[in-house]
Amino acid sequence: MTKISRLKNNTIYFDNSATSFPKPPAVVDAVVDYMTLVGANPGRSGHRMACEAGKIVFQARKNIAEFFGVKSPMNVIFSSNATDSLNLAIKGILCQDDHVITSSMEHNSIIRPLKMLEDRGIISITVLPGDDSGIISTGELDSAKKNNTKAVIINHMSNVTGIVQPVAEIGKWCKKNNMIFILDCAQSAGIIPIDLKSDSIDMIAFAGHKGLYGPTGTGGLIISDSFDVRKMNPLKEGGTGSMSDKTVQPNFLPDMYESGTLNVAGIAGLSKGVEFLNNMPEKLKSVQLHKVTLQKYFIEKASKRIDGFKSYSASSGFGVVSFTIGGLSVSEITQRLSDDFDIMSRQGLHCSPLAHQRIGTFPEGTVRFSFSVFNTIYEVETALEALKIIRDGK
Amino acid sequence: MRESSVILFHSSNYAMWAVDVLNKNNIENKLIPVPRDLSSDCGYCVMVGYDLIAQAEEFLKRENIEFDRIVDLK
Ligand SMILES: Cc1ncc(COP(=O)(O)O)c(C=O)c1O
Repeated sequence: MTKISRLKNNTIYFDNSATSFPKPPAVVDAVVDYMTLVGANPGRSGHRMACEAGKIVFQARKNIAEFFGVKSPMNVIFSSNATDSLNLAIKGILCQDDHVITSSMEHNSIIRPLKMLEDRGIISITVLPGDDSGIISTGELDSAKKNNTKAVIINHMSNVTGIVQPVAEIGKWCKKNNMIFILDCAQSAGIIPIDLKSDSIDMIAFAGHKGLYGPTGTGGLIISDSFDVRKMNPLKEGGTGSMSDKTVQPNFLPDMYESGTLNVAGIAGLSKGVEFLNNMPEKLKSVQLHKVTLQKYFIEKASKRIDGFKSYSASSGFGVVSFTIGGLSVSEITQRLSDDFDIMSRQGLHCSPLAHQRIGTFPEGTVRFSFSVFNTIYEVETALEALKIIRDGK
Repeated sequence: MRESSVILFHSSNYAMWAVDVLNKNNIENKLIPVPRDLSSDCGYCVMVGYDLIAQAEEFLKRENIEFDRIVDLK
């Protein structure tokens, strides 16, 4: 790996599902360039610097629209993170007495807004258990469907085990049944190719700061070209730089849902993160191959060398590995990894109590290693050595 | 630029999109602040020479880029 972070050489970062680190140098440069050379507010004024800022934001919209198979760059709505985007989709669309179908593999960023609406007596929810790994089927969707079901809202790739839902089939089912399909791509964006049109997805929420290698504080909601935006209310109204003579919110994309000054520094970086992925030799195939290689190596070697090691992820997954080591608490493992070996990992429930219930690891949770394209087999080997020492009590 | 027209948009997001499409099609253009007598909007509009404005309009329509109106600058 070229030296692109200023960490000590031997620090190992395996918490890329929380946020990726390090970021590609072009991402960092874009943030610094915006802050030192451009600076202005996009879309608010007509001077040269404001135009430069506007160009940066437009280029990011265009990169992201192309990346996810959407024709109009205006259908990319920037937000602060995946949670923000999911809240807009969920609360913007659901009305009194609507029913929603979701899965047992959800992150709290879906289940909490849904539960809040349910607790207030606005909607009802069906949580599909799925198979043993939480993967849902169209048969289950058939039996959960009601007359008032408005939407299917699910997580694409689990942040706990890395399982991937069969999006194309679910999309087809939603289209046939005239339901809105909202997909949480926080973990999958930048790893699994996603095409809103061919998979019949109405909206995807993404985090810019994970697999797309952008800065924290970036994310968005992408609306399919065919979705009628009048079906979704904004959650906030305010200044957009457009229609300034009117006191009502604009009713077109993206302005309708983008009140307030955007995180231009972050968006500048995110745009370069997407370009970084597009420039990989075989794009997302290269990302997948790299992650599968690390995951396979880790799970296979750990199963042989570390007594009591149990993985909750398939060895063919894309770099999200949940595991436990019999007799050791997950917090003890992550603390020792951090304190004694300078290896960063995440323990506990990963904001996903339902998923841990589904795989039988609630309430203790698991240790999670999540890899990025910058991790190496050498780092995985170092972590295996560390886990062995922790296990054997030395 | 010679005698010119300006294309006004409801939002500068669309102006940016228009510039991208016009550049791709080699239509010379310039982002300028919206003249105050034309609109009370903040932000910018796109200036294009008289000779190219019909072509520019055609490209925007082809890409479904909505604009408010086209005004000839006196
Ligand atoms: C599946 C899933 N959804 C949503 C989120 C929330 O992402 P953010 O922190 O960008 O809001 C995460 C973050 O870990 C996630 O893994």
